[in-house]
Amino acid sequence: MEILQHLSDGFLIALQPLNLGVVILGVVVGLFIGAMPGLGSVNGVAILLPMTFLVPPTAAIMFLAAIYYGAMYGGAISSIMLGIPGASTAVATTFDGRPLAIKGQADKALTAAALASFFGGTLSIMLFTGFAPALATIALDFGDPEIFALMLLAFATFIGLSGDDIPKTIFSICIGLVFSAVGLDIMSGEPRLIFFDIIGFMHGINFLVLAIGIYGIGEMLWTIEITRGESSMSKAVITVERILVNLKELLKTWKTGVMSSVLGFFVGILPAAGATPGSLMAYGVAKMTSRNPEDFGKGEIAGVVAPEAANNAASTGSMLPMLTLGIPGSPTTAILLGGMVIWGLVPGPRLFIDETEFVWGLIASLYAANFFAVVINILFIPLFLWMLKMPFTVLAPIIFVLSLVGGYAPTQDMHDVWLMLMFGVGGYLMRKLDYPLAPAVLAIVLGPIAEPALRQSLLIANGDASVFVTRPIAGPITIVALVLLVLPLLKLIRDRVWKRKLL
Amino acid sequence: MRRAEIVTAVLMAAFSIYLMWKSAELPVGWIPDEGPGGGAFSFWLSAMMLVCCVWIAINWVRRASPPSRSDAPFMDSFARNKFVLVGGGVTAMIGLVHFVGMYGAIPAFLVYYLRFLGRHSWLTTLAIALGAPVVTFFFFDVALRIVLPKGYLEPLFYPLYDIFL
Repeated sequence: MEILQHLSDGFLIALQPLNLGVVILGVVVGLFIGAMPGLGSVNGVAILLPMTFLVPPTAAIMFLAAIYYGAMYGGAISSIMLGIPGASTAVATTFDGRPLAIKGQADKALTAAALASFFGGTLSIMLFTGFAPALATIALDFGDPEIFALMLLAFATFIGLSGDDIPKTIFSICIGLVFSAVGLDIMSGEPRLIFFDIIGFMHGINFLVLAIGIYGIGEMLWTIEITRGESSMSKAVITVERILVNLKELLKTWKTGVMSSVLGFFVGILPAAGATPGSLMAYGVAKMTSRNPEDFGKGEIAGVVAPEAANNAASTGSMLPMLTLGIPGSPTTAILLGGMVIWGLVPGPRLFIDETEFVWGLIASLYAANFFAVVINILFIPLFLWMLKMPFTVLAPIIFVLSLVGGYAPTQDMHDVWLMLMFGVGGYLMRKLDYPLAPAVLAIVLGPIAEPALRQSLLIANGDASVFVTRPIAGPITIVALVLLVLPLLKLIRDRVWKRKLL
Repeated sequence: MRRAEIVTAVLMAAFSIYLMWKSAELPVGWIPDEGPGGGAFSFWLSAMMLVCCVWIAINWVRRASPPSRSDAPFMDSFARNKFVLVGGGVTAMIGLVHFVGMYGAIPAFLVYYLRFLGRHSWLTTLAIALGAPVVTFFFFDVALRIVLPKGYLEPLFYPLYDIFL
């Protein structure tokens, strides 16, 4: 009952004209960002974060969260119409969405994607509303060793589950953490890692500099290189009558919807997993449990419902650990977390006590964002299709300009802009060699939390690292993290054994 | 690709060593009653980076990672061309900020990109190239009170400051 009370208070905040306005604007921007190939929620949130200094923190976070949601809806539009995923979270939507569009049923796929997104989003926010306060209450007892153990878990998830090259993933995490250490040492106050005595390093490396460099400049360079050919767009015929017919067929897939939403939500909670693996897993499960799995990949409507319900559910899920534990569940929430720190909101369990209005306002705004996203998405499909025709040679320079001013605004130092360019170019070159970049962004956000937690824990324990294993809550978390770390090794051994058996 | 992989690994290994050396300017060991020294965190992480680079190099020798097996060029002529034109353009834009400020550099970059790389009509080019700085000015300088650098063009903005700031 208490939760309902909080939630209704939250709605009063979320429905204030300014907040409602930014949510609607955020959803529209998000839909557009998601729909444009080469831009996903993480790019949008990173590039637009400096623009939100205009409004109060609560509205700013609502705006960014609405972009996150909108992008989850929007990603499906280009997956279906162009066959190119608008964002990595919508990769699985191309599997069946594109065949449907080629068959002339683009409208069916688009409606299914929008409604499945709404369903996944709403169901997951209900789960979120139920789980978050409970988790926050437990997390209140967390001390430094627990916090560090959680960080360890976040990084271990990347190493164990991402499937990227392991040494390159670890390298990416470490370099992000080292960059976060640049500036003044918080505990002794001494300057450290001031490269070549350049004064600009004294204020540290702002996480936005790395995030905008990688997701603005690096991403554009990457997209320019890989989208060499022209893409062809399918035609969509949309009438109210056809939507109603499609709805009937869609209702039959409700089981897939529920399953994918729940799966997506829990995958999203895992630190660092996020919406992309969530949607791919949901697609796999939907295919596995379907009565006619052979239709998947040829234009099966459940194949659109599953990933779309899951990616929205996962984006909500990834906000759960961010708000309750201060550990982001995806690269996008990592940037949101960094933003909250800029605004003086300390993410973590205290947030539910100290900033009740903010937390419940944000949760209520997620319900609102979902509602507006589905309405705007369906009503304005023709407009989004028209925007998809915008040539990349117009979009790219605008993104570069936004990156330039966005990189300058937070610290107002040209040093940071040059650094951003270096990160962008360096990130692009390293990405070509399969270095994953998201871990570095997560690490630079978490570094300033992880380092003091580690040092304090070691200090309390007199340098005895076993403190992370022997404490009742930190212990299990550390052990799970260690299991995740050795997981790839176990897989390697299993593969070897299999190979030997085959020989 | 194969050569780029090992070159990057070696460069990053060198960078890791530099970071270790730089971290060691602060104490990296245990200080009684204070815990780990100020440089310890970054020192040991840099050491881990170095280990990763060695690991990547071993994978390279064993041809265990995709880039170390690939014979494709790291950048073909298309990619190199685009990289130089686009990356060079962005670098030039940032460099120009120091001289003519944001409001000189942004239109110049947009004209270069839209007209010469994108081959859009002059109408589209000028509409975006002139519209962008106006929007930027009202958003940053006026609404956010974040004064963007103007370089040598600063005097041109005095009348605008009088009106809007």
